[in-house]
Amino acid sequence: MPRVSIQSADFDLSTEVAALRAGDGGAGAVTSFVGVVRDRSEGRGIRSMELEHYPGMTEKAIESMIDEAHRRFELRAVRVIHRVGLLQPGDQIVLVAVSAEHRGEAFQGCEFLMDYLKTQAPFWKKEATPHGERWVDARVADDRALARWGIAADNAGSTR
Amino acid sequence: MAITIRYFASLRETLGPSESFELPEGVSTLGRLRDALIGRGGRHAELLSRDRALRCALDQVLSDEDAAIADGAEVAFFPPVTGG
Repeated sequence: MPRVSIQSADFDLSTEVAALRAGDGGAGAVTSFVGVVRDRSEGRGIRSMELEHYPGMTEKAIESMIDEAHRRFELRAVRVIHRVGLLQPGDQIVLVAVSAEHRGEAFQGCEFLMDYLKTQAPFWKKEATPHGERWVDARVADDRALARWGIAADNAGSTR
Repeated sequence: MAITIRYFASLRETLGPSESFELPEGVSTLGRLRDALIGRGGRHAELLSRDRALRCALDQVLSDEDAAIADGAEVAFFPPVTGG
């Protein structure tokens, strides 16, 4: 089972969690996060969202993040799926699932990976609204979220 | 030295997805490369302007502008990322 999948196809949370747990009797805790396309953004209705990525770099980047998560936390297994291409409101975008012996590490590992992915993984979202298409702006709040883990994001707050 | 430059998202829409580039003498880092591209004027100057927050990658690894470029490198410029 690969740790990272970048794909246009949808995923099923319970299938992925079952695969993560399979044969691992020592995993007492599994946490998961699913990101979903909202139907509104910046006060506008969203018709669809296009997700672009940097093939090759995306997988490498997330693999490195998972390595870092294993270094920081006592994790047993990690699975990340991120969709790309054209998505609709209500569609699932991303899955981060983590197993550990106990819940503290599992919760932290999952949150750490999402905070890391939000500011360092090479994806870009373009929203289609009734007023036209716009590229989503990176959020400084996401940089601050990663800073809590002691990592400088340099994303929304990139130096010039 | 010949390198490949890739552009993504809003940069790609205006500058195209990629180009081959022969590095001029003295253009040895990502920062100097960006300056050289800005020096072309026109759309490159506008999209890669120092007024814009951009990120860069060298051989598919996020890098800062001090990173040194080797022959055959793959360089990428892109806006702040918005995945997840």
